[in-house]
Amino acid sequence: MASNGIRDRVAIVGMGCTPFGEHWGRSADDLLVDATQECFASTPGITVEDVDAFWLGTMSSGQSGMVLSKPLSLDYKPVTRVENFCATGSEAFRNACYAVASGAYDRVMAVGVEKLKDSGYSGLVRSNVAGDGTAPELTVTAPAAFSLLDPAYCKRYGVDPQDMRDAMTHVAWKNHRNGALNERAQFRKEVPKEKIAASPLVAGRLGVFDCSGVSDGAACALIVRAEDAYEYTDRPIFVKALSFVAGPANGPMDPAYDYTSFEEVVRTAKDAYAQAGITDPRTQIDLAEVHDCFTPTEIVLMEDMGFSERGQAWRDVLDGAFDLDGRIAVNADGGLKSFGHPVGASGLRMLFECWQQFRGEAGERQLADPKLGMTHNLGGRPGTCVSFISIVGKEQG
Amino acid sequence: MTAAGIQSYAAYVPSFRLEHEELGSALTVRGGRGRRTVASFDEDTTTMGVEAARRLALGSAAPPSIHFATTAPAYVDKTNATAIHAALGLDHRGFAVDLAGSARSAVGALRAAAAGDGLAVLSDLRSGRPGSADERDGGDGAAAFRFGSGDGALAVVLAEASATAEFLDRWRAPGEQASRQWEERFGLEQYLPLVQDAVARALAAAGVEQADHVVVSSPHARTAAQVAKRFPGRTPATPLAIGYCGAADPGLRLAAVLDRAGPGETILLIVAADGADASVLRTTDAIATGRGERARAGVEAQLAGGRALRYATYLTWRGLLEREPPRRPEPDRPAAPPSARAEAWKFAFTGSRCRACGFVHVPPIRVCKRCRTVDEMDPIPLAAQPGTVATFTVDRLAFSPSPPLTNVVVDFDGGGRYTLELTDGDPSTVAIGTRVETTFRRLYTVEGVHNYFWKARPLAVGRDEDEEH
Repeated sequence: MASNGIRDRVAIVGMGCTPFGEHWGRSADDLLVDATQECFASTPGITVEDVDAFWLGTMSSGQSGMVLSKPLSLDYKPVTRVENFCATGSEAFRNACYAVASGAYDRVMAVGVEKLKDSGYSGLVRSNVAGDGTAPELTVTAPAAFSLLDPAYCKRYGVDPQDMRDAMTHVAWKNHRNGALNERAQFRKEVPKEKIAASPLVAGRLGVFDCSGVSDGAACALIVRAEDAYEYTDRPIFVKALSFVAGPANGPMDPAYDYTSFEEVVRTAKDAYAQAGITDPRTQIDLAEVHDCFTPTEIVLMEDMGFSERGQAWRDVLDGAFDLDGRIAVNADGGLKSFGHPVGASGLRMLFECWQQFRGEAGERQLADPKLGMTHNLGGRPGTCVSFISIVGKEQG
Repeated sequence: MTAAGIQSYAAYVPSFRLEHEELGSALTVRGGRGRRTVASFDEDTTTMGVEAARRLALGSAAPPSIHFATTAPAYVDKTNATAIHAALGLDHRGFAVDLAGSARSAVGALRAAAAGDGLAVLSDLRSGRPGSADERDGGDGAAAFRFGSGDGALAVVLAEASATAEFLDRWRAPGEQASRQWEERFGLEQYLPLVQDAVARALAAAGVEQADHVVVSSPHARTAAQVAKRFPGRTPATPLAIGYCGAADPGLRLAAVLDRAGPGETILLIVAADGADASVLRTTDAIATGRGERARAGVEAQLAGGRALRYATYLTWRGLLEREPPRRPEPDRPAAPPSARAEAWKFAFTGSRCRACGFVHVPPIRVCKRCRTVDEMDPIPLAAQPGTVATFTVDRLAFSPSPPLTNVVVDFDGGGRYTLELTDGDPSTVAIGTRVETTFRRLYTVEGVHNYFWKARPLAVGRDEDEEH
């Protein structure tokens, strides 16, 4: 895969992120106003009038750029609405970065929002294209699709199912522990491992605590050319890599696919590392915000991203390699596990953690001088998904 | 003129059984002994008809017509036989029609199929009010008969006779849940002379004094019992623990006799439903061929298996007990144009195989997943192909009339993979490597549209051994 990348050509100079949760009292419009207002309030050099163009990510909270222009009463500005499954928020960010890098605009804002809790259902609800009624997605829920990873992984690597169960439990325990330290998280409580392991089953061996929550939220980022960054803030963060693939959806059709890897993630990781000049992700990356939609997903991601050897991630997880004080802090902010997953907002929420960590604003979660961070989204299901990876850094060069 | 003959036949008995004892204890009444067959929540008369007909292994000898008889059509104001036609993967040239209404439709389907060298599919699903005789003594199932005037028939029709009268024995207005019946003795007195007359004329026309086997089918239980006593066969009838299966009943009982009949034996088929119809058949030497195989898949063999069902589950499946649904949206109704475009895929489970590299695509696709060659695909029918479970999961969140829903990723013998819902199986016995076969089912019904598609079920015992290796 060829990509030239835009390493150090654009920077984030301001961000906003609402608390994520069941916002019964706030609409998608309210969340968009809240997130953008926070961003402008903390970036005195830029007003909404100074922003040349907007990219808005939402999966199901509205259509067209007017989802943003209307609540913000924008002055006839270009707003592009994008959707790319669970990478929707990241996709808004990616395209906003390219708009600045191309020279077309000087100041661009990427915004993501999702209002999930108005539907009255559990889990994600999406509208399907009219079809013939045969697609497995119609009857196989997301937790069921991702639960396939667990027995397949155990079988391929000869992992004792109890060890795998313990590793899945550790992922949930770790992310809830991190989220307990985050005032913006939906769930702010540590959960004992015994409670996680014994939670009511949802699909396969996935219990309630193996699944990310469902919440509402919005987040945004202001993007400018890297050379202009210090005009707006003394602590900008720099974009090192942006990689995205839409997989050919071979897995559900190909008997060679064994449900122990996401090829889409392998490809985006390789591309992103090349763009950012990363040769050893295990030592060079300080924090990774990854798509922990379900606990076995995070385990498999550690291998697809090169953070663990194949067949070893379960062990590394149990050894604490990805805890807040481990060799890579994975989901330091609490992840989807603690934040829920308002689809359009999640990718930008992950960037917000990098923003806070690099600026030393992460409070009790603060890592010791992190330099490189990753954000990642996976949209779809094993064998048939999209994948996004960004690498962002504290410094240029 | 060569007489019309049954070239092949097959029966389908659903997997579930409701023991009368279970029914009795749930309703705190005397249930008595015995059991009835029960269609699964994902079965209807169309899917059961498909299951019976696809066992005929029609191959390239596509029948010119399908006559589908049932008292419980899945649709009205829309033909159901077309879905059977599609599921069998038959050519568009041909006729498909429903004879939906009373149990006598079965005779109509058999006679029309015999006259046109066609296919008769008899399928039924019998219900009644909780605690009624119809509920207890009914049964669900299907049978299919391929007629032809060529050589090789298993049995030929020697003679037929009918008697008709208008009288009120049982009835049901459209949309009603259960049928009503007049006093039993009244029906008995109406039926007996009609049966006497029809049987006498049929036997005389066939030149047969007493048949070797007698098959009696009637929704009027006492009539059936008396007629059986009055017209015994030379070979005593074996009782079938199936319940009265409506329009499928004569087919299932005839199939059971054909399963064990020897060459050159006569069969008297008596149907007493709003009149009386008698047919005399004679088996040929061909019936001796493949008898063991037919018996292994025969009516009695199928009845011998089965899984006991709790009465509450039965009521839920029949829509007589409305249970709390999961907090998930109902699936979308299948749309007509995409369903029509996908007829070969959705109804006949046909994939596509790349001519360049051989990769099998399920569903069919134009650009090869492996070598990316464009528009070089051959259709590949997979409905008859067994497969192996690559991985599986039990989904407790998914919408299902009978949660939890078990999904299996199936790798088909000879190539191709698809994720299917498992049915008729005990989820606790599924493992990676479990052998499965496909079965035509109704996934769900939304806005009155039945979403027909295929599911997987554990491979019938013995099927693997039958394969040539």
